[in-house]
Amino acid sequence: MDFPFELLINAIIAGVLLGGFYIAVTVGISIAFGMLDIVNIAHPAFIILGSYLAYIINASFGLDPVLVGLLMLPVFFVLGAAVYQVYYLSFEKRGQEALRGLAFFFGILFITEVALILVFGVDYRYVEAPYIGPAAHFAFIDLPFRMLIPCVLALGMFAALQLYLGRTYVGRAIMAVAQDQGALSLMAANPIRIKRIAFGISIATAAMAGAFLIIIQPVEPSVGREYIGRVFAICVLGGLGSLPGTVIAALLLGVVESITATFYGPSWAPAVSFGFLLLTLAFRPAGILGR
Amino acid sequence: MQSRTFILLTLLVAAACFAAAQLVSNNYVFFAGYTVLQFIVLATAWNILGGYCGYVNFGSAAFFALGAYSTVFFYKAFPMPIPALIVIGGLVSGIVGFGMGYLTLRLRGSFFAIATLALAVVLQTLIVNWDYVGGSRGAYIIRPNTIAFAGREIPYIEYLFLLMLTLAALAIIAARTIERSRLGFGFATIRDDELAAEASGVPTLRLKLIATTISGALMGMAGAPFPYYIGYLQPQSAFALDYAVNSIAMPMIGGTASWIGPLIGAILLGTIQQVATVTISSAVNVLIVGVLLVLFVIIAPNGLVGLVQDLMRRGRP
Repeated sequence: MDFPFELLINAIIAGVLLGGFYIAVTVGISIAFGMLDIVNIAHPAFIILGSYLAYIINASFGLDPVLVGLLMLPVFFVLGAAVYQVYYLSFEKRGQEALRGLAFFFGILFITEVALILVFGVDYRYVEAPYIGPAAHFAFIDLPFRMLIPCVLALGMFAALQLYLGRTYVGRAIMAVAQDQGALSLMAANPIRIKRIAFGISIATAAMAGAFLIIIQPVEPSVGREYIGRVFAICVLGGLGSLPGTVIAALLLGVVESITATFYGPSWAPAVSFGFLLLTLAFRPAGILGR
Repeated sequence: MQSRTFILLTLLVAAACFAAAQLVSNNYVFFAGYTVLQFIVLATAWNILGGYCGYVNFGSAAFFALGAYSTVFFYKAFPMPIPALIVIGGLVSGIVGFGMGYLTLRLRGSFFAIATLALAVVLQTLIVNWDYVGGSRGAYIIRPNTIAFAGREIPYIEYLFLLMLTLAALAIIAARTIERSRLGFGFATIRDDELAAEASGVPTLRLKLIATTISGALMGMAGAPFPYYIGYLQPQSAFALDYAVNSIAMPMIGGTASWIGPLIGAILLGTIQQVATVTISSAVNVLIVGVLLVLFVIIAPNGLVGLVQDLMRRGRP
């Protein structure tokens, strides 16, 4: 048989694992962009920041990167809430979020990247953990643990978020603020406070995503740029604000990227997400599960 | 001021710049001046879409690089004088700008911004994989030392400087003309309230496409002579994030409402960066630009021009 069947199966499985990781990367954008209508293009910068924190703490204390990610959740939550406060006072309140708000996030993206370059240089950094390296084998299928663990944990994080948004008071308020901010204030809930919490959660997911990223691959400051196209492609393709749609789109993009990388070479992979984004915007801007 | 007077004045200022640069015997003035002029074109071009229409383009580097790489392509395939290459670079970038706009401008504004951001990454991927124009290794452009111009031999860098100076003058004249024409008023209605403009019969999509095309074309024209300037073009230098950041930061810091804002911003930031690159380091100077951008959008939303206008209003009760 000429067709490399085993290669294809392995590429698909690797793609599903990659897609699982993309869920963790995108879920924050799905909340910020999809629900709160805040075009946070600096999200990948926060992810890289999370990666570097995982690297620093792992290198100096030998702490597991996933554990670092968990410890950083409250820190990133506060950071996110603070960023939202600045954003709200400077742009949303004045009705200038379209032009200047975007420039603000672009500036943050840029400052983070350059600051990291100035402090750490452009060398690739990596973490050490017992599960980086070994892989599980079933027949001809390889399951590297460095991919499997982020994928499983990302799915766990997604499930927890979905439960939180659907079952708790604040979670439901976040879903409500996405639909009608005015109505929420009529129900005696402060929409700004709810949005602050939601944006904090969105940035907190970046702490975990950053830890996953540095487990999967070595990281340097400008890696984040590649993820901008990716996260927005997934978010738009999934349908704005639809978390289940995000999961489907993330897995889809992961599989297509993995197949592209296997059969045409990894240097083509970044073009895939952009193709997805443009096609979605041109033919179905509402996304797969959008209304 | 009459348009004709303005055009004449702009050209006079440009000629004076060139004459003044001639007085300094050091060629460095031309190298540094070229960069500043290039930023004037980029900032003015960005402002035609960003400042007049209110649509953010994060892909300035992509349009710039398109112009630069079309030059590399024709340098290898079919050598031509630089002015012809500038026109071609403008055409290529203008067409790409039109295509991007056609696909994304019918949607909410932020989609266009995101698409331009992704465009830079993808074009870079394409160029890296395209061996004919050098791929990831980069391409060499052999620049002659001198060129015959107006009957005498002048150093090539002076020629490039002169070209960029002309381009900068053209960009400013174009921006001011647009600002005061029907087109400019149409752009302003889009920026202020697109829904209301659409309801009043302003052909918003067509106007936005015109703005994207002009803006993209000017950026491509700014990029076309770049390979000759730098001599060795590689994807990282053509797609450098500096271009994207600077072409947003300069109008934002100068003021986006009229043509003078990007001009002031570009001269100011461009000069600061030239000085900082020499005296401190190039990484620090881009950090300065980022910090200034964030500070200005928060504290002075109308840029330096807005600050001055506020002061003048306060001085006159």
